[in-house]
Amino acid sequence: MKEGRTAMDRRPTRQGILKRFPRRQDQLLPLLHALQRANPRNYLTPDDLRAAAEHLRLPLAAVYDAVTFYSMFSLVPRGRHIIRVCRSPTCHLLGATPLIEALERELGVRAGETTPDGLFTLETVSCLGLCDRAPALMIDEEPFGPLSPGDVGALLARYREVAR
Amino acid sequence: MKSFTERRIILSNVGVIDPERIEDYLERGGYGGLRAALGRAPADVVEELKESGLRGRGGAGFPTGLKWEFVLKSRAKTRYVVCNADEGEPGTFKDRVLMEGDPHRLIEGMAICGYAVGARRGFIYVRGEYTLSIRRLERAIAQARERGLLGRNIMGSDFSFDIEIRAGAGAYVCGEETALLESMEGKRGWPRIRPPFPAERGFRGRPTVVNNVETLANVPEIVRRGAAWYRTLGTADSPGTKLYPLLGNLNRTGLVEAEMGIPLRTLVFDLGGGPPEGHELKGVLVGGAAGAFLAPDELDVPMDFGSLRRIGATLGSGSVLAFDDTACVVDLLGSVLSFFAHESCGQCTPCRVGTAILVDLLARVQSGNGDPAVLDAMRRATEVMEVASLCPLGQSVGLPVGTALEKFRGEFESHLTQGPCPRCKATMEVRV
Repeated sequence: MKEGRTAMDRRPTRQGILKRFPRRQDQLLPLLHALQRANPRNYLTPDDLRAAAEHLRLPLAAVYDAVTFYSMFSLVPRGRHIIRVCRSPTCHLLGATPLIEALERELGVRAGETTPDGLFTLETVSCLGLCDRAPALMIDEEPFGPLSPGDVGALLARYREVAR
Repeated sequence: MKSFTERRIILSNVGVIDPERIEDYLERGGYGGLRAALGRAPADVVEELKESGLRGRGGAGFPTGLKWEFVLKSRAKTRYVVCNADEGEPGTFKDRVLMEGDPHRLIEGMAICGYAVGARRGFIYVRGEYTLSIRRLERAIAQARERGLLGRNIMGSDFSFDIEIRAGAGAYVCGEETALLESMEGKRGWPRIRPPFPAERGFRGRPTVVNNVETLANVPEIVRRGAAWYRTLGTADSPGTKLYPLLGNLNRTGLVEAEMGIPLRTLVFDLGGGPPEGHELKGVLVGGAAGAFLAPDELDVPMDFGSLRRIGATLGSGSVLAFDDTACVVDLLGSVLSFFAHESCGQCTPCRVGTAILVDLLARVQSGNGDPAVLDAMRRATEVMEVASLCPLGQSVGLPVGTALEKFRGEFESHLTQGPCPRCKATMEVRV
């Protein structure tokens, strides 16, 4: 995917984002969320981290220290869509393992990896709080469940069609 | 004998009103609690909360009024109210349902708390995955500001209070209140050594009330209808209602609200409809991953703080994960332990190393290692974690491990000799 900006791209610029945040350390997580959201590949670049450190007047190490603690932040490019599969005990009990295996087969990647076309990243998470719909997953901000391995093909097809 | 069924107090609006319309909330008496509070002295409001006997719904069950009183009596000028909405306990989605379905109830509860303890600013720390909760709360906060229910001089009084939302970024440990505060300050979510407790030194070192979503959602009704009314609900030890997520191998899963003290059997068989046709209940994991495994002969236990404690269990988040004869306890405990190993924050050694050791020991049990000493080694590991871990994450792992080993020992022993059973849904790898 091209990183350049087009007229269609409404994502805000880094400078535009920084301006919205007061220069205090407690703004770090909100700022990092905003910077990551603005990147079509859903990750934080080295420039993002440097800009955040400079803006909040923090050592770069302090920013790096925080970023690497939280599972929702990524330092490597991810897919345009992030699939988060729940593997909590409830989802485990009701079939998370076969669901994850079906996703790995259908996408051709293992959990934690991104498809070569850059469309999907498959992640597993500790609990999504969708236990009444177990086994469950989220694609970006949308929850799905309960799902069986047989549902995976049709679910992904929707996103693949939109991408085409 | 008291008969128990659903009793909707804090869920009374959920699924009934449009959560994006403040008018709906107002029509049903919303913000009446805040109005009533503003007509009284802050200390009176704190006293009402103390008399109500409300206990924290995040798991620890600490008396809410007492927590508020610590902050009210502080000498510091700047004080904060923080709502812990970092709901991450496996098997728990009660706070999400409240925030998505009735966001103004939480906002009203926080504003009352702010008035009672003398805070001008509040924060809701919502876990990052709860995007719909965040959107609904943002909208509700904007609506409340427009109507003068948040912001300067609320309802024409001299009380000013506003709320900001902070999104988490994926870390279970941030549900621990001091880790949450560290995270809000822009750092990694490492729990602090307590004391000092947040009521003394919280957000940015200032006295801070940290309350769970469900706790704060109880506040408007308590102030509006009084402590005496509230005490007619629930038990003397645990007044009020409780949200119980019903999950697992049940005919009806979902969230129910019932009076504290409802027997576990009523939740599992009457409200949950029992296990699917042709299957038998094998056990229940009560309170979340950091909860206790209960056997079918323990189902008469009343679901309140004191009764569960007396049988060596915990109410925790109130979650009820039922499993039937298609489930394997060794396998289920494996999932619980993988969870803790992944979510241990790594700050203190007993928890960081202990959770990894437990995963490895369980893998040995499951793979048919054959040495019964492995089971004792699991107990020893949790004993060290219980006394030496820095925060409740490491301290509480002994509960699921100990109760599973005690009540389902035969299942562990048969894996030790025969390896994975047909009901094992995943096989763990022995790594060390």
